[in-house]
Amino acid sequence: METTKPIYAKADPPEGYSAPGLFATTFDRVVGLARKNSIWPLPFATSCCGIEFMATMGAHYDLGRFGAERLSFSPRQADLLMVMGTIAKKMGPIVQQVYEQMAEPRWVIAVGACASSGGIFDTYSVLQGIDRVVPVDVYVPGCPPRPEQIIDGFMRVQDLVANESLRRRYSPEYRELLIKYGILKKD
Amino acid sequence: MATTNEKQYTTLNLGPTHPATHGIFQNILKLDGEIILDAEQTIGYIHRAFEKIAEHRPFYQVTPLTDRLNYCSAPINNIGWHLTVEKLLGIKTNKRIDYMRLIIMELARITDHLICNSVIGVDSGALTGFVYVFQERERVYEIYEEISGARLTTNLGRIGGFERDFNPAVFKKIREFLDRLPKVLHQFEKLLKRNRIFMDRTIKVGPISAERAINYGFTGPNLRAAGVDYDVRVMTPYCSYDDFEFTVPVGAQGDTYDRFCVRQEEIWQSLKLIRNALDNLPEGNYHMDAPQVYLPEKQDVYSKMEALIYHFKIVMGEIDAPVGEVFHSVEGANGELGYYLVSDGGRTPYRLHFRRPCFVYYQAYPEMIRGGVLSDAILTMSSMNVIAGELDA
Amino acid sequence: MDRINRKMEHSFITEKLRKQFGEDILDVDDNSDILSVTIASPVSYDVIAYLKENPGLGFNFLTDLCGIHYPDRGLSFGIVYHLHNFYENKRIRIKTFVSADNPAVRTVSDMFSAANWMERETYDFYGILFEGHPNLKRILNVEYLDYFPMRKEYPLEDPTREDKDDRYFGR
Repeated sequence: METTKPIYAKADPPEGYSAPGLFATTFDRVVGLARKNSIWPLPFATSCCGIEFMATMGAHYDLGRFGAERLSFSPRQADLLMVMGTIAKKMGPIVQQVYEQMAEPRWVIAVGACASSGGIFDTYSVLQGIDRVVPVDVYVPGCPPRPEQIIDGFMRVQDLVANESLRRRYSPEYRELLIKYGILKKD
Repeated sequence: MATTNEKQYTTLNLGPTHPATHGIFQNILKLDGEIILDAEQTIGYIHRAFEKIAEHRPFYQVTPLTDRLNYCSAPINNIGWHLTVEKLLGIKTNKRIDYMRLIIMELARITDHLICNSVIGVDSGALTGFVYVFQERERVYEIYEEISGARLTTNLGRIGGFERDFNPAVFKKIREFLDRLPKVLHQFEKLLKRNRIFMDRTIKVGPISAERAINYGFTGPNLRAAGVDYDVRVMTPYCSYDDFEFTVPVGAQGDTYDRFCVRQEEIWQSLKLIRNALDNLPEGNYHMDAPQVYLPEKQDVYSKMEALIYHFKIVMGEIDAPVGEVFHSVEGANGELGYYLVSDGGRTPYRLHFRRPCFVYYQAYPEMIRGGVLSDAILTMSSMNVIAGELDA
Repeated sequence: MDRINRKMEHSFITEKLRKQFGEDILDVDDNSDILSVTIASPVSYDVIAYLKENPGLGFNFLTDLCGIHYPDRGLSFGIVYHLHNFYENKRIRIKTFVSADNPAVRTVSDMFSAANWMERETYDFYGILFEGHPNLKRILNVEYLDYFPMRKEYPLEDPTREDKDDRYFGR
């Protein structure tokens, strides 16, 4: 039996100064690199997009390769809130409650047409997009999106995570954003 | 030291977001220590008002709505809706269409039962089966993609048949699936079915007797696990099911283990049905000649006048539906999925009501878990296969 | 597929019903797919109990219960029951109509536990009151909803939305 050499794809290092045995870069780039490859998602799966997420977590598409192997159903231990499926008005306060329980830094991905904008359900009982209750970072369109699209959305979140400044969560703009959603009280 | 002699009960909130509730519904449990005394249920967290939407859509636009009812086995819902409209319009389909529909419905039933059984495994701690079984679901997704273009919410078929015939790739993929699945199923069964830990966790857990099940309106594998052999495919055959021989598996006690075994056996029966239908697939056209509802061929639309008028009328939704009402039910993966359609001759249904099996049998959940502990309640819920889309509609 | 002569069975059922209830059987429709009987609303519980308990009839399974709204009729709200006899494999549809100012019928949830949530759903959508129901409150919609959405006078879309641009919605 012949042994084949495994093929390692090289990832680009962040900007910095490299020398033999030494790599110097800024602190937030290192933290971003570490964070982006170990995101713990919270799968908030409500309907059909949830089944496509289960397929994404399965062996064929394998979201675990990107570091998201450990799903956390508790918001206290999660970094990324993946809202997949239709959110009805009855469910809206619950999404906000789950979002509030997450610790900073936290990101939100809206998977599917229903989470992004209400989808095909323009009715009295469906919330027309979760960005009415929580701030959203990435929208993944589709009904339901293919697992490749969900992975693409996840990789966009990874870009956001890698390039985020360490001071962002303390900035006044972020505070304004949370006050607008009613998550922080204006003081 | 003053002691109180009254009992203290604990209230525990289970849901609506909980890893074990597959879908969003809430149960507020009243516990005496660890024993469950009562459960108060709240559903409606994904109410999307399908019945109201259906009153504003022409008949062919209701099909994508039916996809989202039981989204694990979407083709069954689609075909059930087409059968209902064909019953209203008086269109009778030929054998080839019936057999093609039967193959697709049985494939969908297999996928739904695979999810349900593997999720029972996940909830009792055995995640391996889930990953193996999901690979097989990917194979069926490829088959759906060849037929309709979509993986999950398929919007499959048309009123009066199909939009295109099955191409050779579909037949090849179905035959490969039929050859692959038995090996995986044997491995899955070896993992769980005679596993001592699994049996201890599921036998006598969440039982329901046959009389209570009938009173609660149970249908499908949950009712068959309780001992009643009611199967819509046998009682009121549709879509040429009476051309085939298959057994309807029935359990004895109505507990979780019986539900697991009934679903497992139904997968084997569905494989047999698909193989039979595929071997005996007759020749014929893939759609009926129903110009009021079925879009004519594009060459005719561009050259003949009647075809153009029919095309225009159908796309605008102006089909000549008769005034009347019809109730048709199909054997969905969870039970009897019924469609009650009232038409007043207009472009849209006047009233469309879905008889959703999950909605009807989920009412019995408090009775089934009374007297058990919390882990039994979790397993009972996953063995009942409650799909939130079908619960709330 | 029935080996029993269908027409004879239907007349058997309707004769028994008429003998028992006389004028409360308002209409019998044998032309649609299953036998449909329209009855007067005060006796709806008794008719269904008769259909369930009488040994010659034996409709032991409640398949479906739903509501329907005909705004231009006098008795505008209808409740439709679908019953099924497992032994003889017979289905029947019972319809009863009530007026808009007193939309109330007796509940059947003590006979059929399946009717519990089905009646709650009908109440949620149409506002039909089921007397004697143990827990008649909204089931699918939010609790603070103050109207009954499936009635024909209410629109499908959310009337409180301000961000719809009429250009994109064809208005």
